[in-house]
Formats: sequence, C-alpha cells, structure tokens
Amino acid sequence: MELTELTIKQVHEGLKNKKFTSVDLTKAYLEKIKKTDKDINAYLSVFEESALADAEEADKKITSGNFGMLCGIPCAIKDSIMVEGQKCTAASKILENYVAPYDATVIKKLKAEGAVILGKTNTDEFTMGSSTENSAFGVTKNPHDKTKVSGGSSGGSAAAVAANMACYTLGSDTGGSIRQPASLCGVVGLCPTYGAVSRYGLIAHASSLDQIGPLAKTVEDAKIVFEAIHGKDKMDATSKDYNFEGSDVELKGLKIGVPKEYFAKGIDKEVEKIIRDAIKKAEDAGAEIVEVSLPSTEFALACYYVIDPSEISANLARFDGIKYGLSVEGKDLLDVYVKSKGHGFGEEVKRRIMIGTYCLSSGYYDAYYKKAQEVRELIRQDFAKAFDPSADGIDLLFCPVSPFPAFKIGEKADNPMAMYLADIYTIPMKLAGLPGISVPAGKIGNLPVGLQIIGNHFQENKILSVASQVENMLQ
Amino acid sequence: MISKEEVQHIAKLARLELTEKEIQKMQKDLSAILDYFDLLKKAPKIKIQPMEAKASAWRKDEVLLRDEGRADEIIAQAPNKKDDYIKVKTIL
Repeated sequence: MELTELTIKQVHEGLKNKKFTSVDLTKAYLEKIKKTDKDINAYLSVFEESALADAEEADKKITSGNFGMLCGIPCAIKDSIMVEGQKCTAASKILENYVAPYDATVIKKLKAEGAVILGKTNTDEFTMGSSTENSAFGVTKNPHDKTKVSGGSSGGSAAAVAANMACYTLGSDTGGSIRQPASLCGVVGLCPTYGAVSRYGLIAHASSLDQIGPLAKTVEDAKIVFEAIHGKDKMDATSKDYNFEGSDVELKGLKIGVPKEYFAKGIDKEVEKIIRDAIKKAEDAGAEIVEVSLPSTEFALACYYVIDPSEISANLARFDGIKYGLSVEGKDLLDVYVKSKGHGFGEEVKRRIMIGTYCLSSGYYDAYYKKAQEVRELIRQDFAKAFDPSADGIDLLFCPVSPFPAFKIGEKADNPMAMYLADIYTIPMKLAGLPGISVPAGKIGNLPVGLQIIGNHFQENKILSVASQVENMLQ
Repeated sequence: MISKEEVQHIAKLARLELTEKEIQKMQKDLSAILDYFDLLKKAPKIKIQPMEAKASAWRKDEVLLRDEGRADEIIAQAPNKKDDYIKVKTIL
C-alpha cells in the first residue's frame, strides 16, 4: 500500500511506530500531486516549501512523544478558507492576488494540532455552484471519470481526497457543497450543525447557512477532523458552546426515517436502487425503518434560491475595489465600484447578486424574501416534527445526497435551473440548520453514489456512529 | 420576461456593471428563476417571528488586541494607498 492511500488512523499509527516520518509522507503527497493534478485540477495552489517546514516541525513533536491524531498528517483546504500569508482566491478573479492576513479559526486549530497544509483546493467561484465549473481557474475533473464533474462547490476538496492527493480536506457547505461533491467523488463528507464549527476566516457566501466541515476517506477520519475543528469561538457569534464527545450508538433499535418526498420524481433509478439497498441493509441490521413525510420539501429549492442570493447580494457588496482585491480605474468612486465588480465577478456570482438584489428591492421584499423566511420556518417545523422525541420521533433520516451521479462537464453549465436541481436533497436540512453526512453507498459503473444521513441539531455523534456502521455494512 | 430596463435598474442598485450581452442573458435567466419562485405562493401561510430576532447574540463593544503588524498587512492589501491611508476617487 502506498503512503498516500492510508487513512488518518493508519498514518497516525505509522508515525507513532516510526514506520515513516511526516516529511516522508509530505514528500509522497507532493509527488502524487505533481503526477496526478495536471489531469484533475483539484489544487489552486500547492505550498511545497511551507508544507515541508510544517512536516519537520511535526516530526519534532512526534519524536517528543506528545502528539495528537492529526499531527504530521498532510491535508488541503478549500480556497475560501484563509491560511495566513497564503493566497485565498475563492476561485474568483476579483481575489486572484489576495493574500490572507490571518488564519481562519479552523486553521488555527489544525495548526495547533501540528497539521501539514499541502495547499488550497478548487471551488466554484465564492462557493456558488455544484460542479466547480464556476471556478475562474478551470473545472476540477472527477477522478473516477475525467469527462465528468467532481461536484461542487467543494469539488477540489472532494477530488483531492478521492485521488489520494491529501489525507483529508476541509470544505464548506451552504446548500450541499460538502456532501454533494463527496457523493460524486466517493468520499465521506460531513456538514456539521449550523453553529458547530466557527466560520471566522471563511469567505462569506450566505451567512445564515455557511458551515465548514471535513472530507475524508472514512467516517472515522471525518470524525477525528470534526472533533479537532468544532466548538465555540468568540470570533463567530453564531458558534455554540458544544463539546462533542464520540461514543458508540448502536444502529440496532434506532428509528430511521425515509422521507417519501425524496423519492418522488427526478431521481435516477439506479441511484434510488443503491439508496434503497442501503436502507434495507440497515433494516437487516436491526434498525426500524419508517416512512416519514416532509411536506414542505417541494418549496425548499425556491426558498433557498431567494434566501441564498439575498444574503449574497449583501455579503459580496464588500468587493468594491477599495479595500482589497481587483480594482478597475474609473472616473469617480461609484465608477470604480461598478467596474471592479463587473470585471471581477463571474457569471453565476453576478446572477445571484442580481436575484438577491431583486428579491430585496422595494416592492418585491414581501413577495420574495419575507415569504421565503416563512417557508423556511415551515421546513424547519417539518424536520422538528419528524425528530420530535416527545412524539416518538425518528433518530436519523436516510436519503440520497444527489438525484444523479457525476454529470458530464458542460452538461448543465448553461442552464442555471438545471444546475440548482443538483442540490434538491441537500438544501432542505440546511434551511433547518441540521447536520448531515454523505457516505459512499455504491457505484453506477465507475461513478460513486453517496447515502445521506441527517440528524437532529448537534447529533453529530449519532450520525457519525451510524455512518461508520453503514460504511462497514456496505463494504 | 423581465425588461431590459428592469435588469439595468437592479444592476444599478447592485452597483454592478453589465455588458449588453450580459443584460440579455440576465433577462432570460432571471425570468426563468423568478417564474420558479412563484411556487412559493402555494405554500401555506404562517405567522413567524423573523429568524434573526429569535437568535440575537450581543458582545461588548470593546477594543480587542490583535497581533502586531496585522493592521499593516490589511492596509497593504488595498489597491490604492498613500502611507497608512487607503486612497479613493473623489466622491463629488
């Protein structure tokens, strides 16, 4: 087995038993990236020098004997998360030369653990998209079939793990951006509860939805990374005092809900079969399977595409050519704003700014933004009812991540509505702030399909514990 | 289909320059997306407290110490500057 194929757990054991050093490991990854990434384009930048320096530091710590699970282990970070002194582009021309002046809280935490940061991974521009085709720096190809997309927006992070170009990665999920690429690339991707992980230092997309989470080879690895990055941070007022503690929850005897609306129409037949088979296996293992109804599901996509662009139109107003990023010469101040945004932003970002501005504009606010907030509450209530412990509610939901496997590069690039449908199963629970994971459940030909497991707020332990058992059952 | 003038009005509110071609594409795309939003009208009516009001978090208004040199690094990112100041075009 090559070094780059090992899991976090295996690498940790290897480092502990002096089978190899972090420098050996880091060199192996850098070599792998050099060989593989010209065909995949998962990385936007590779930190050859600083990664080796990180590794040397980690080796010292390892020699001292006092080191944690992530010490000396090479990872990669989505290019919307800031790593001090390194470029952070969010895959946008407007931030092409932007250098992060500080570390995101999650990066501070990883560095304190002794992590080795290999580089920054590709994403749709400002994390808006489901295929990385909206990146200003080229699409990330799917390692399982290079004519297909890797998913998005954390496509670079998912492809890097799938192609053994990083042991694990960080991504961010606003409407499905960790789970959908994880599903399409056949890796594990966890979107934590809203508030479980600090977003300080994550370039904002839609602040009521954005969440950082891990992508990894196994559920156990995702758990190790989540444990390291979660918790209250005074720099993010939405982060919660939450002490995650991993313990085993038996799948046997749990009540698993299957939302009937997620199997209605538009789902690929083979995807449905893989998900139904996985549910059957959980039943065979002793779980109680119940059909549940989430009646507001049909409104979720429309609700999301009002709220998300509305928040974008406010959040992205800061890229005005004055404080940082691209600045285009103009005749007066307003002209600088208008031209810098016009030249710097790509098509999808402009489209969402326009939709959001429209929905928030005078005369339309009530019909769109206010209505969407009400629908968001309905969706939240759907989930609250399904999980309600006082009404004998379910423990977890099992459902698909994506209605289809990886699609052809270019297939949906010109049709925004078709692209938005890729997130139809990942969006509803985001509107309710719930956590969810994508676990590889099978393949259609070469193309992986993920099972989504959704839990109640701050029930990451139950999700991870059950996901780990499902992972074993499906192997 | 929403009109060209409407797209231009929204672009002006968003302080976003669009080319002629972009305006045409935006008319088409925005119309399709806004049509899809009509679905929301079918949703049951409910009265809610806005999410933001339910979950406010306040912090003290106080000066927090930052790493030395951080301010210089941040100002260094400005495209146009003089000494420690960020330069902008005339407003009037």
